[in-house]
Amino acid sequence: MKSSPLPMNNQNTSVFEKIILRKDVRFADRVFFWITRLIALLLVGLLVSMGLFLLNASSLAIRSSGIVSFVSTSVWDPVKEVYGALPVVYGTLVSSVLSLIIAFPLSIGIALFVNELAPAAIGRIVGFLVEMLAAIPSVIYGLWGVFVLVPFLREYLQPWLISKLGFFPLFEGPAYGVGLFSAGLILSLMIIPTISSISREVFAAIPRGQREAALALGATRWEMMKLSVLESSKAGMFGAMMLGLGRALGETMAVTMVIGNRAQIVASLFAPAQTMSSVIANEYAEATSDLHLSSLALVGLILFVVTFVTSSLARLLVWRVTRSQRKLK
Amino acid sequence: MPDDILSVEGLCAWFGEHQALKSIDLNVASHSVTALIGPSGCGKSTFVRCLNRLHEEVPGASASGKVLLQGKNIYDANVDPVLIRRKVGMVFQKPNPFPALSVFDNVVAGLKLAGIRRKSVLKEVAEKSLRQAALWEEVKDKLDKAGTSLSGGQQQRLCIARALAVEPPILLMDEPTSALDPISTAKIEELVVQLKKDITIIMVTHNMQQAARISDRTAFFLLGELIEFGDTSSLFTVPKEKKTEQYITGKFG
Ligand SMILES: Nc1ncnc2c1ncn2[C@@H]1O[C@H](COP(=O)(O)OP(=O)(O)OP(=O)(O)O)[C@@H](O)[C@H]1O
Ligand SMILES: [Mg+2]
Repeated sequence: MKSSPLPMNNQNTSVFEKIILRKDVRFADRVFFWITRLIALLLVGLLVSMGLFLLNASSLAIRSSGIVSFVSTSVWDPVKEVYGALPVVYGTLVSSVLSLIIAFPLSIGIALFVNELAPAAIGRIVGFLVEMLAAIPSVIYGLWGVFVLVPFLREYLQPWLISKLGFFPLFEGPAYGVGLFSAGLILSLMIIPTISSISREVFAAIPRGQREAALALGATRWEMMKLSVLESSKAGMFGAMMLGLGRALGETMAVTMVIGNRAQIVASLFAPAQTMSSVIANEYAEATSDLHLSSLALVGLILFVVTFVTSSLARLLVWRVTRSQRKLK
Repeated sequence: MPDDILSVEGLCAWFGEHQALKSIDLNVASHSVTALIGPSGCGKSTFVRCLNRLHEEVPGASASGKVLLQGKNIYDANVDPVLIRRKVGMVFQKPNPFPALSVFDNVVAGLKLAGIRRKSVLKEVAEKSLRQAALWEEVKDKLDKAGTSLSGGQQQRLCIARALAVEPPILLMDEPTSALDPISTAKIEELVVQLKKDITIIMVTHNMQQAARISDRTAFFLLGELIEFGDTSSLFTVPKEKKTEQYITGKFG
């Protein structure tokens, strides 16, 4: 430690000097700083090593077909040793987008209700309950899906939709119950807490003055929410949506239990399908050939990169938005 | 008086259990400027926010008493606060243009809320209001820039233009110049005097010279009570109340 320019007189140092001379405090600060820096570095190292592990594990698959043809081949058949990721990419995208279509408006609605409309006590309760949805283990969603949601969809909702909208390829029969539709529904439940809590964070960062500006101009409650809250939260809500998407893309257990696990591309939302994460969960234990294992690892690598990029971009966006809003306060 | 556009009778206001206004009576003549002065926390903001029913938007806040606007009590059960707020405009201490909207859209926001969408009407009103707010020359070339890209003083005049666009008969201003430099302040003071021929203005200020310069009547508040209310010239020269005298001579507050 550098020597202090001030005289070290132990008898009559002023309080001020005592404070600035307290080496133990500065030492503790420094230790703390290094510990946190070390942890941050470890985390980065962990991420990189995961990426490298996946890259290494998938090298066989990359060499045998190349990434482009891997993701554009529409047959995934372990028996014939043909591995094309298109069906699982398709399954992942469709189930995730479906879940967003359902979850996004609901989550924004919940966030507006909790933050802007409900009396404080009710808002807190609803907010708490929604947040609790995030605490339920994924496998419980899966069980609920298998025993409650899927039978209900198969017996009632899907036949009804098929009879009304069956002429539209998306809603063609037969009603399997398990499939993209059930996966999308389960996923939407699972990402509502993410999207709604991030949106609440974004809405809460909007200064009170913004809202009063609208009210004072004669805006109704709804107009105020549109003008002062939604209008200036577009980027933040987009970020919240992307974080939800990141979660939906990677969610494994519940999806595996209700999607039917058939790697195929079919127009109907009611047909069984397979996602990137569910194919890995399903087949990793039983994969015997090296190419099969390696192809699964390549699916994992793609999933890793896509979810990482989606979620980190979304996070950056949300941070930027809430920080600039706070400055306006 | 028949000429009073606003008369307040026995107005009380609470934040939860805390009573911020204690039975205020006050009349405001049409086409006048009324200044509200008093030490910090005496209830000036609360008072003006009761006049457009914004006070009740604060969680836990409530008010009682009568506020007759053009003879009609705005606290009657069947009155829609939204409609009151279109008649009683408000400018806040901190400029608060909508950050997502352009200068133009900020000015016409109130018109759009009132259901006016005709482009030609919006344009005309926007120019008129910006001229009224002495801002037109400075922003006529950047109407499509974000409202928040203007300087603080310009933003405040933008907020004034936004409030004026819906042609409210009354404009409330809560310390509109306290965040501004002397030049912007002078512009807004000039504006207030100009506006008097069209509308009635009630303005909170901490600056007693400002109150003396621009207002016709002044109300002195202390601890939630209206201590004295009278012609500005006499209130500042021969105050009737001891407390008023102490305040304007700087003995407390
Ligand atoms: N949101 C609120 N919640 C609870 N109490 C409040 C709130 N706003 C104001 N008060 C209280 O009400 C009283 C009046 O406040 P008000 O803001 O009207 O004062 P003011 O005269 O405008 O003061 P200033 O000159 O500092 O703006 C104060 O005692 C204050 O503590
Ligand atoms: Mg105030």
